[in-house]
Amino acid sequence: MKRSKVVELSVGLFMLAGILGLLFLGLRVSGLTFETPEDTFTLEANFANIGSLKPRSRVTMAGVTVGRVTTIELDTEWYDARVVMEIDDDLEGKLSRDTTASILTAGLLGEQYIGLSVGGDPETLADGDRINDTQSAIVLEELIQQVVSNMATN
Amino acid sequence: MVHRIERLGRVGCTSMASLGRAGLFLARSAFGVPSREGWSLWLQQVYFVGVLSLAIVLVSGVFIGMVLALQGYTILIDFGAEQALGQMVALSLLRELAPVVTALLFAGRAGSALTAEIGLMKATEQLSSMEMIGVDPLRRIVAPRLWAGFVSLPLLTVGFSVVGIWGGYLVGVQWLGIFEGSYWSNMQASVVFLDDVGNGMVKSLVFACVVTWIAVFQGYDLVPTAEGISRATTRTVVYSSLAVLGLDFVLTALMFGGLS
Amino acid sequence: MEDSPLVVVEGLHFARGGVDVFRGVDLTIPRGKITAIMGPSGTGKTTLLKLIGGQLVPDAGRVLVDGHDVHALSRRALFRLRRRMGMLFQSGALFSDLSVYENVAFPLRVHTDLPDSMVRDIVLMKLEAVGLRGARSLMPSELSGGMARRVALARAMALDPELVLYDEPFVGQDPISMGVLVQLIKRIHAALGLTAVVVSHDIKETLSIADYVYVIADGLVMAHGTPDTLDVEDDPRVHQFMHGEPDGPVPFHYPAETYYHDILDTRSA
Repeated sequence: MKRSKVVELSVGLFMLAGILGLLFLGLRVSGLTFETPEDTFTLEANFANIGSLKPRSRVTMAGVTVGRVTTIELDTEWYDARVVMEIDDDLEGKLSRDTTASILTAGLLGEQYIGLSVGGDPETLADGDRINDTQSAIVLEELIQQVVSNMATN
Repeated sequence: MVHRIERLGRVGCTSMASLGRAGLFLARSAFGVPSREGWSLWLQQVYFVGVLSLAIVLVSGVFIGMVLALQGYTILIDFGAEQALGQMVALSLLRELAPVVTALLFAGRAGSALTAEIGLMKATEQLSSMEMIGVDPLRRIVAPRLWAGFVSLPLLTVGFSVVGIWGGYLVGVQWLGIFEGSYWSNMQASVVFLDDVGNGMVKSLVFACVVTWIAVFQGYDLVPTAEGISRATTRTVVYSSLAVLGLDFVLTALMFGGLS
Repeated sequence: MEDSPLVVVEGLHFARGGVDVFRGVDLTIPRGKITAIMGPSGTGKTTLLKLIGGQLVPDAGRVLVDGHDVHALSRRALFRLRRRMGMLFQSGALFSDLSVYENVAFPLRVHTDLPDSMVRDIVLMKLEAVGLRGARSLMPSELSGGMARRVALARAMALDPELVLYDEPFVGQDPISMGVLVQLIKRIHAALGLTAVVVSHDIKETLSIADYVYVIADGLVMAHGTPDTLDVEDDPRVHQFMHGEPDGPVPFHYPAETYYHDILDTRSA
């Protein structure tokens, strides 16, 4: 009977280790937090070109992650990209109305993300508002093309 | 020529028949009413199939994580992107290597043992005598082993991923000197729990079903001689490895194929 | 009811791997008697027991056990019927991961709700009957062949079955354990009045315990009768088998072309 206790105990530890491992994969590796989705508010922004921005890309402010992109779709009215993002609740009512959103690149070839920077307007953005001042992604090919054509004209 | 077609037909018929037998076998054993002692029998099998495979799985996991980090580093440094090492290690482990390599190790370690064990029981008439005692060996012998396999392999896969990521950390951060913060934060920024960890788990669950099913069925269906057992054991490893690799492609195409 | 035979086999046909094992076998096995089924090796005697136990399905014909057609029963009913049968396998077929005690207790544990103390009493009783009460804590791998078969006998008897099927109980035993097994089977059946089917080709031992004998060869019942009548049977094939003569109607040589031609052919090739 002693042997069966060892079996039970080790199976129990095995299961526990599995669950802890999954927890590790969730918290440490995927960076999940226990925050509920209500702790955010949404903002919209239209960009002429989003480059390789994807849903779940980061939204940062002074380099600090403050939210994530939720959806990206084509705005059929203006034929540009409409990006919806979730921003931390703490910032609701603190971002000025003339906040700018620009699509930035981490490093030369890294992922693209949205950077926000506040302006000076006393009025602030509320849930569901749109950021009007936006800066599109820099597409490397276009940049190179410009340089090349500049060199050609010179 | 006619002869050849005839033979092809016969081979087709026998393989269809054995597939049918395998399907009935799975349905009857996995979804039958568990026997009264089902719980403790299952527990014992989780020990044999899962706990005893832990050592080989964890050791392989550490080494694969370390190799990944080393190889990844030499490639990424050319692009000046060695900060993305954590992301690379974690994604390749979670999506591909952990489910596949663990399933292959499992087939070799636990699958072949299951086949040999059940085959030996068949060869020594233990299964027959159990039937004559009025106990269904599908429920008493096969079902606990099937369910133990279904549960153990996903857990082993989690273990493999965790130690693999830790192995990558050892090499990348401790040895090659990548900044610790960027190892973890790059990982966290790119790994999506449901998409990456979740899909890896789904893969490993599918592999668990297939490998255990093949192993147990090969044991149950073998020719009850010494030669039959050794052949069936080989077949278990070959069939389940092929099934794992083939299914992995299909699953990857379904899960990640449409993403980018 | 008491007089009706326990097992009736009617017109049994069975083929395996394209070879006809049985081509219309009829048997009746009376209650409370020991019936022996004899025949040369490879005539499917073990197959016959598996057909009676419902582990194999015949191509034609039927097997009635106590009035139930074994192969028409549902899986559940078949397993219920099997609780009334015990089978002793050639190798003993003890569960190798259970001790002697647990092996004998196994049928009791799965089929009854008896408390542990009562299970213990029954197991010790059965083990005492086969003389292995002292070996209860051994594992099957530690037993000799004869001992394993005695434990298997105790296990087959655990639920006090009405019908016990013996598959080659004497094969490969030294004279002492053979004697022990013969004595055991005889005593148990005399004491409990159980029905037994003994499949064997050990003529002397089988005839010493059987009440009635069937001889099977070539997929048919070749002869049947009490041991005394069979001994003086003048059918040459039965005579050859009963007296163990090396050559006769069952030839010593496997069918081949003539020796003379065979030798010459090999030489010229």
